[in-house]
Amino acid sequence: MTSESKPYSGEQPDGAPLPAGGPNPPRSPDPKAGAAPVGESLARDAWRRLSQNRAAMASLGLLIAIIVVCIVGPWLLPWGLAEVDWNAFGTGPTLEGAHYLGTDANGRDLLTRVLYGGRVSLSVALVASFVSLVIGVLYGAISGYLGGRVDNYMMRFVDIMYSLPFMFLVILLMVVFGRNIFLIYAAIGAVEWLDMARIVRGQTLALKRREFIEAAHALGVRDTKIVTRHLIPNAIGPVIIYVTLTVPKVILLESFLSFLGLGVQEPLTSWGVLISEGVDMMESAPWMLLVPSFFLAATLFCLNFLGDGLRDALDPRTR
Amino acid sequence: MLIYTLKRLLQAIPTLLIVITISFFLMRVAPGGPFDGERQLPPEIEANLMAAYHLDEPLPMQYLRYMGNLLQGDFGPSFKYKDFSVTELIMQGFPVSLEIGGLAILLALIVGLPLGIAAALKRNSTIDYLVMGTALTGIAVPNFVIAPIFALVFGVLLGWLPAGGWNGGALPNLVLPVVALSIQQIAYIARMMRASMIEVLGSHFIRTARAKGLNEGEVIWRHAIRPALLPVMSYLGPAIAGIITGSVVIEQIFGIPGIGRYFVQGALNRDYTLVMGTVVFYGVLIVLMNLIVDLLYSALDPQIRYDD
Repeated sequence: MTSESKPYSGEQPDGAPLPAGGPNPPRSPDPKAGAAPVGESLARDAWRRLSQNRAAMASLGLLIAIIVVCIVGPWLLPWGLAEVDWNAFGTGPTLEGAHYLGTDANGRDLLTRVLYGGRVSLSVALVASFVSLVIGVLYGAISGYLGGRVDNYMMRFVDIMYSLPFMFLVILLMVVFGRNIFLIYAAIGAVEWLDMARIVRGQTLALKRREFIEAAHALGVRDTKIVTRHLIPNAIGPVIIYVTLTVPKVILLESFLSFLGLGVQEPLTSWGVLISEGVDMMESAPWMLLVPSFFLAATLFCLNFLGDGLRDALDPRTR
Repeated sequence: MLIYTLKRLLQAIPTLLIVITISFFLMRVAPGGPFDGERQLPPEIEANLMAAYHLDEPLPMQYLRYMGNLLQGDFGPSFKYKDFSVTELIMQGFPVSLEIGGLAILLALIVGLPLGIAAALKRNSTIDYLVMGTALTGIAVPNFVIAPIFALVFGVLLGWLPAGGWNGGALPNLVLPVVALSIQQIAYIARMMRASMIEVLGSHFIRTARAKGLNEGEVIWRHAIRPALLPVMSYLGPAIAGIITGSVVIEQIFGIPGIGRYFVQGALNRDYTLVMGTVVFYGVLIVLMNLIVDLLYSALDPQIRYDD
């Protein structure tokens, strides 16, 4: 009897090695072989389930491709971000002068600008999501773990924040303090942590009554250690799902601000800025609208698919 | 019910106070004053102006004055539109924004709900995949991309509808902005309606209704739809907030003279009083809308009682 046909026992007995080689490798995509993995970690299990989701994997591939192209691309292209080609003002996609996606009205290469803009948009997504992640997880975990009156006040505060017209406060912030990319990072991150805090709090409330937390208490583990070592790692599944859903929201918010002319400033650009420039030129040069729109929409598409896929992969109820 | 409404209205007060206070002080710490123009004003004139707008008073005094004026519905003068007060500008723009936003939310419900129900009833069929695929597109493609593409295709290339402008709210001018504004919400509502309908259809009371021998139409119309509507109802609050935010871009793109456009123009021109007035106005609107949605919700769901 191989270990694969055994009922799930939670732990690998005595750390016995998995049957190596053989006709059936343990991590085969065959769903039957995957149905009773022995002592599989959460991450591995999730990855196996995710890799069976074709839409999610295709999205992941395309997303990685977009990221790599945005990072590497500008080095390979002959044109700089603000470099003007005096022979090509507002030309369409052409091989002449290496303007593969055309130029804008000022003779700047569109592909180069879209890739640079992608760097900005993606960096905002990364940093702002991280800011919201840190604030939300800490706030939610503390609120849920302490419970009682503290929890009550902390969540009431979140409720109040929820009903604020945040988008407008962010815009007000940008107007007052000027357009600055670090302000965008902080402002968007500070707006998006509310859902995260609620989710983590809910997880923490459910987890803290569980036996292993009680056991940790009984063994005399300190509160801070219980939160960091036991609560947060166990709440990580929903957190990951939520982060993948936060990233597209953040990208959208940044593009929205940039579109209104309140985001990053020249010569820096982002997809939102490029789209708004494209709108102005759309009748004479539709590619200026379509190219950045395509990049933005493709990225948002992939992130949404990936988020849905991860939710299916990490949600224990869909097992 | 009445007590609950009053309680919620009382709770809205601190929220609004926070919005107003944050906006007020943000505006005051802003570098530069409202009268910094290209032309340096003589100091006496500037002092006179400051006095006329009460900007020479200490900050707490100005704050109290602003609050007092707000209570009387006065948002102060606009710094850039010299002959108008912010209240006048908002009252000019609001009917326009309300028309577009109201029609958009109506359209989102009229289109989104049936699509979601159809997808749920024909689960895993072509219709389902088509609806859900379209919905995902609607969510992934932001409205500031959809709107200009609409204007380009239907306005410029095909020439069926005007690509922009308001024209006193004539019907052809309304179509593109309203559709562009509602697409994202149609997508969200269809997805949500599908999910909740599927959940309701799998519950025990539906099985009971079928076991009683009710025909399928009666099961769906009399028993399934009402409980399935509840999650969508609770989404209406965020949906309205989304429409309001979206209208800022849509009005900008189609050149519609609503509040959203004033807001953006004010933000770009650093017309602080106008921006702040709009933020406060939107804040009140969103808080009130959330309250109305919650009350509607309780009317639909017999399990929720607010009398205690």
